[in-house]
Amino acid sequence: MSAIIKRELYSYFCSPVAYVVMAIFLFFSGLFFSIVCLSGDTSNLTYVFNNMFLVIVLLTPIMCMKLLSDEKRLRTDQALLTSPVSILGIVMGKFLSACILYLVCLAIYVIFGFVLSFFVTPHWSVILCNFFGLFILGCALIAIDMFLSSLTESQMIAAITGFAVGLLIYLLDNVASAIPVEFIANAVKNMSFLSHYQNFTVGLLSIADLVFFLTVIALFVFLTVRVIEKKRWS
Amino acid sequence: MVEVKNITKCYGDKKAVDNISFAVGDGEILGFLGPNGAGKSTTMNIITGYLSSSSGTVTIDGCEILDDPKGAKSKIGYLPEIPPLYMDMTVQKYLEFMFDLKKVKLDKEDHIEEVCRLVKISSVTHRLIKNLSKGYKQRVGLAQALLGNPPVLILDEPTVGLDPKQIIEIRNLVKSLGKKHTVILSSHILSEVQAICDRVVIISNGKVVADETTEGLSKALVKSNRLLVQVEGSKTKVLSKLENICDVKSVKVEREVSDSVYEYIVEANEDCDIRSKMFFTLAEEKTPILLLQSADLTLEEVFLKLTTDTTYSKKGGKD
Repeated sequence: MSAIIKRELYSYFCSPVAYVVMAIFLFFSGLFFSIVCLSGDTSNLTYVFNNMFLVIVLLTPIMCMKLLSDEKRLRTDQALLTSPVSILGIVMGKFLSACILYLVCLAIYVIFGFVLSFFVTPHWSVILCNFFGLFILGCALIAIDMFLSSLTESQMIAAITGFAVGLLIYLLDNVASAIPVEFIANAVKNMSFLSHYQNFTVGLLSIADLVFFLTVIALFVFLTVRVIEKKRWS
Repeated sequence: MVEVKNITKCYGDKKAVDNISFAVGDGEILGFLGPNGAGKSTTMNIITGYLSSSSGTVTIDGCEILDDPKGAKSKIGYLPEIPPLYMDMTVQKYLEFMFDLKKVKLDKEDHIEEVCRLVKISSVTHRLIKNLSKGYKQRVGLAQALLGNPPVLILDEPTVGLDPKQIIEIRNLVKSLGKKHTVILSSHILSEVQAICDRVVIISNGKVVADETTEGLSKALVKSNRLLVQVEGSKTKVLSKLENICDVKSVKVEREVSDSVYEYIVEANEDCDIRSKMFFTLAEEKTPILLLQSADLTLEEVFLKLTTDTTYSKKGGKD
């Protein structure tokens, strides 16, 4: 697994992908931070983190599009699947490498915290909770996008379906309110990434939200393993 | 070392591999032969655990590929048809990655250096794989298979895309590897298999149609003693003269080559050389021999005969 993480990070940082993703992430983080906090004279980072939701939704497909689709297209999956590594090990390696790249992007928020600390004593626990929320949200989206990447041989299709699923997730609250049957509407509402994430942005660390995101990660890692396994049998 | 038992692989209704069984002993080089689409690569993918068979078992040095995949896979070095190379890496980085992936316990730097020397890629270790020529890519693929000195090597058409000099080099390399490793090598080039392998398994339409030592296969081919001759002169005279030579079993006119030149197929009894007798007999008659050659089936012809035989391909479906 560590070999795969190492190779994926090498591939991210030896190609423009990592830099493009980081540039976009840092640009929007900086933009929201300067508009909300510096111009708005507040140390409340809630809005910044809230706005980042859409940016993450659109960025994770770029990070994940070639994770598994390229392996299939270039036939390098033959090397992976005939080596003494379990399929779960391969999938986790891929997943964690994307999470590490994402964590590198998030490091900017530590700097934001320090900038704020010059003007006011920031609520470190709230910032930490925000930070953690953004991280686990990103990990859940990475798991979904990785799953989509395992379904196709084309990076482009993986990315586009990733955007589509991401936007659907973003709009899930609106979709829920349009559903007339109440119990279905409630069920959909409870699946909303946004509302689970918003609890983190106001500094609320609840087990329910945590379990929700961890479940999504586990489910899509499991599904990815099954997709790869299925290919061997069909 | 490698035991394949009754493996079958179905894609929908089509049987790509149909009940194939064979075994390869320690230090043996097995040639795996068949026309394109015969199921060579599928069988190799099943042996290495990349695909699973619909039924049947594969055992590598006592480890079953389905029950103990890690144990079995760690004993195999595999070079697939298309070498599994990451184009964005340098040769050195790639081999380091494969070394880690295979969890090899040897000294990393020394071992990679040794393998690079063996397949002669030491001069390109710091180049990006995407910039290498096809021949070098193939060799990097081979280097990857050799990492960790696995007891079993499975090479899917290792000489495809190489120039003649490289082909000879790789053949010699595989031959020398066969002393320490068990090698299964697929190819559709007969002379290659004949040059390298101890034993040949020929498959066609997913079935084994021959499983013999290379010598046995050649012997089976040259059992008849047929000669092809072109003689100038009257057909009836030549025919009667040829038939009267002792040890000649039959003579048949094949075709008219040009005016008063005919081509004959002469079949002699086994282990009899009738060439000099034939020469003198025809010389006496002043009917000169213009061409004399063996009309035995070549390896290629036997291969074609085996792989296109209708009795075998009846069930196999279409290519």
